[in-house]
Amino acid sequence: MTDPLWISLVKAVAVFAFTLTLVPLLVLAERRISAWMQYRVGPNRVGPFGSMQPLADLVKMLFKEELRPAGVPAFLFGAAPAIAAICSLFMMAVVPLGGTLLFGGHSTRMVVADVDVGVLAVLATSSLGVYGITLGGWASNSKYSLLGGLRSSAQMISYELTMGLSLLSVLVLVRRGDAGLFGSLSLSDIVASQASSGIWNVVKCPLGFLLFTTAAFAETNRLPFDLPEAEPELVGGYHTEYSAMKFGLFFLGEYAAMVAGSAVVVCLFLGGWHLPFVTGAEAVGVPGALLQVGVFVAKLLVFLFFFIHVRWTLPRFRYDQLMDLGWKVMLPLALVNLLVTGGLVAAGVF
Amino acid sequence: MDERTGFLLFSAIALVGALNVVLRRNPVHAVLWLVGSFLGVAGIFLTLGSGLLAAIQVMVYAGAIMVLFLFVILLLNLETPRFEGISLARGASLFASAATGLLLLWPFVSDRSLQAPATPAVNLPVTAANVGMTLFQRFAVPFEIVSLVLLVAMVGAIHVARRPRRDEPA
Repeated sequence: MTDPLWISLVKAVAVFAFTLTLVPLLVLAERRISAWMQYRVGPNRVGPFGSMQPLADLVKMLFKEELRPAGVPAFLFGAAPAIAAICSLFMMAVVPLGGTLLFGGHSTRMVVADVDVGVLAVLATSSLGVYGITLGGWASNSKYSLLGGLRSSAQMISYELTMGLSLLSVLVLVRRGDAGLFGSLSLSDIVASQASSGIWNVVKCPLGFLLFTTAAFAETNRLPFDLPEAEPELVGGYHTEYSAMKFGLFFLGEYAAMVAGSAVVVCLFLGGWHLPFVTGAEAVGVPGALLQVGVFVAKLLVFLFFFIHVRWTLPRFRYDQLMDLGWKVMLPLALVNLLVTGGLVAAGVF
Repeated sequence: MDERTGFLLFSAIALVGALNVVLRRNPVHAVLWLVGSFLGVAGIFLTLGSGLLAAIQVMVYAGAIMVLFLFVILLLNLETPRFEGISLARGASLFASAATGLLLLWPFVSDRSLQAPATPAVNLPVTAANVGMTLFQRFAVPFEIVSLVLLVAMVGAIHVARRPRRDEPA
């Protein structure tokens, strides 16, 4: 089923706008929630309840003078934040926000690109996102940025392994309704399989959920893995030399990656747009579609709140602790998790 | 976009990328062009209707392996090599490699009837399920042997790179 061009365009613009709208809201939520957790007021000067604060931040970034260190390759210096932001935004393209929408004789799936290798596309994009960070560090022509870039990309590569392995345990749980076949790489199939069995994957494989979530935190460079922000001990990370809107793009990329990562977790482990004990139709009209997307967004927001809550709760890892955790704890655990889940599937428990 | 246009576009990307890998002086730029070339190859897989191969190409080659290349280059801090003119020895080696290349390519250029085998070993659409079934059932033993070879290479690399302990002879 291929969509006519205009439907594809509408879907692409809608998802893009949705993600970009969520970013400033998240920045505001982050600041208000951190203030609430630390028993202070938070930003409250710009607009009612400080709601215009992200806009003020954006204006500040746009009008700041841009400093560029001497001897940097101009193209790569500018391309690095763009790569980081594009890769994060691209990931949302394969995430299904709902089932199939029927309207005016058309039927279309509520996902920008309904590819049958959706999970691989997510992993491939996140592995390309590493370039933004490595190149940002290298192109800055500064030893602190270079070391910061290497540090962050080593971190992302290490946790990508855990991410992939914990994903595998989800993939073996997928049962495709039509032929009772096991396994699928499509995010829509994974959501549908959770709906038909009535049990979310987070219940079936809680360890996989924990590992994947932790890896997602590391992939997005968020606390407790936010070494680039460690200016007192490490002089910052790959974006030390960036200022004005180029820094803003790195910032945007980080928050967009948070949104995309949470959306992927919702699809893989939290049942996507389905609610437990409610059997909804796969193909729906406009009101049903709004309901499905509403359920998805509600789950997404809850998970994003968790993201922010963790940031203001846990202290930061030291670099060696981070690497030890990734290679000596999470990777073996992910292997064990895969073996156990695979064994349970083979034994016919799920 | 039909298959032919897609193929021409993506193979142009792959070839321009590959050419620039050899022509760039700066090793970091060369690595980035190689990434571009790999993305072009992934595009060719896409026009052939195999999203699986395209995704794996991007994930493994463009993503994982080239990032490691970049790492090694950044950590070794290579000097940009200067062009020192063509000496006699260098000219001879250039000639030899060009001649060998032509010799290897000759059958493909001269013989128009040379084609891929009419019946490939496995004739199935390239989906994840088919690739998995073929790899782990029909070719399970070769697959295991290859993975063992890779493991041996890895152990060997670690052994070579390891610093000898003080009490053991170097």
